[in-house]
Amino acid sequence: MNKFRLTLYVTGHTPRSEKGIRNLQRICAEELQGTYEMTVIDVLEQPQLAEDQKILATPTLVKELPPPLRRVIGDLSDTEKVLLGLDIAAVVERNERKGK
Amino acid sequence: MSGSVITAVEKLETGIPGFEHVSVGGFPKGRTCLLSGTAGSAKTVFAVQFLVEGIRRGEGGVFVTFEESPENIMSNMLSFGWNLEQLVSEGGLAFVDASPQLDQELVEAGSYDLGALLARIEYAVGKVRAKRVSVDSLGAVFSQFSDVATVRGELYRMAVALKKLAVTALLTAERTEEYGPLARFGVEEFVADNVIILRNVLDDEKRRRTLEILKFRGTDHAKGEFPFTVIPGEGVVIIPLSETKLNQKSSTLRVTSGNDTLDEMCGGGFFRDSVILVSGATGCGKTLLVTAFVSGAQKQDDRCLLFAFEESREQLFRNASGWGMDFETMEQQGKLKVVCVYPEVMGLEDHLIRMKREIRAFKPTRVAVDSLSALERVSTGKSFREFVIGITSFIKHQEIVGLFSSTTPTLFGGASITEEHISTITDSILLLRYVEMFGEMRRGITVLKMRGSMHDKGIREYAIDGQGMHIGAQFHGIAGILSGQPMQISQPEIERMGSLFREELGE
Repeated sequence: MNKFRLTLYVTGHTPRSEKGIRNLQRICAEELQGTYEMTVIDVLEQPQLAEDQKILATPTLVKELPPPLRRVIGDLSDTEKVLLGLDIAAVVERNERKGK
Repeated sequence: MSGSVITAVEKLETGIPGFEHVSVGGFPKGRTCLLSGTAGSAKTVFAVQFLVEGIRRGEGGVFVTFEESPENIMSNMLSFGWNLEQLVSEGGLAFVDASPQLDQELVEAGSYDLGALLARIEYAVGKVRAKRVSVDSLGAVFSQFSDVATVRGELYRMAVALKKLAVTALLTAERTEEYGPLARFGVEEFVADNVIILRNVLDDEKRRRTLEILKFRGTDHAKGEFPFTVIPGEGVVIIPLSETKLNQKSSTLRVTSGNDTLDEMCGGGFFRDSVILVSGATGCGKTLLVTAFVSGAQKQDDRCLLFAFEESREQLFRNASGWGMDFETMEQQGKLKVVCVYPEVMGLEDHLIRMKREIRAFKPTRVAVDSLSALERVSTGKSFREFVIGITSFIKHQEIVGLFSSTTPTLFGGASITEEHISTITDSILLLRYVEMFGEMRRGITVLKMRGSMHDKGIREYAIDGQGMHIGAQFHGIAGILSGQPMQISQPEIERMGSLFREELGE
């Protein structure tokens, strides 16, 4: 089973940050039932991590596992694009086929 | 508003050679400045140099790169003698790498801001206690994101944040035309307080770099374009022409020209801090005059620096020994240094800087340039004029006597463009002219001008042999030598003319 490791970089507790976190939680719950690890990083508190990952925009979602590494920026309100950007649709489909 | 005290704009010394003069003291301190220029106008070099010079002064620097990777910049800047890697490891410099990550596709899903970038800049500024920040370049941010309005808004936010951090910031921006809109994407709108333009103009097949301070809000700066050059091992060097003020001291000390008769004609020799132009057609003895001037250094225990743009060192030494002058010994005694270089090897700005450096290093008491007109070949009229003003004023300031030779384009009479530019700046002008008389080529010399001294007004004949130049008597009964059309005047006519003036004077 492929486990997703997702990191979301946000800037402080702004409405946009909150929206990004909520959207990610929703997408994970709907599409990746239980097969994910999610970390939220506030770049104001941990700028070195943003520096290491060369994050420019916030929110930025990084899919670290499974490979390939993928990035999606924005408040994740466009679910289709998030799934496309993370290459999740294919994985989910595959998992579903395996389950059947 | 709080009860803050409003103070005038302070300046931050940049350390970029020549910039302090053009900017009257440096960048406006704590403010943001837009550095705009076309591709290849040395924006990145300028932006890095700004930080490197700051670090030398103990001010930390942050380089935000949107275009090239830090690794690329580090390796490119090595040629200027700047070891950025070392500066980073010593804690003086920090990079914020915002260059495009080509290996990663970026998908945009919803609205975003550049909060992480701002956080990283702030973090880096704190980490190295930066006083200076360079951002290179604004336009490249737009290529990374699709939402132009958001990016512009976020860059504005960055400019505001930089102001709050109390750093002096330099933001570069690219433009597409040398004399067109200030920058692409309208970025100039949010850093409109201070604008500097770098230009790299192709003029008559030659590249000419200039820097112009378009505006410094609330503070003074020099106006117009100033030539600059980018030198390996040094970086950007600006050549401020207005620096050359006419305030040199004037000396009454005389030095020999290397020719006794010529000294007599000049009223006892050249002044110590004067610049002399020798003008003449090809083959009329300019190089000989220069050679005599150089060997004159030996008589007076002077040190002479000779810049040769037409002949090699070997040729010059052979010519000199042909006239009985020993350059070899002078060189061994450290009294002479010959710098031979083809005019074409570099631009005129580079020549100027190199010549100044040679003069500073050798500390000569006399400088000879053979010939100025050779340098004219490699430049446009404008940069040649700037060069001539630059080198003459520099020489005068050092209280050195300078002798420049210049070739006239025509055999008889005439003036070259060189003279047009230089004649008003030089203190003395010697003309060497061919005189055609009775089917024979003879040569004449005259002191056209000698500032601050009596001099011989006659046109005297001279001959050249194995001992050098021999100046003889004045041409008599000949008129129109300088115009290139000599005419013989009969003796009765001269007498008639003479008596004409006597009558008028009431004798």
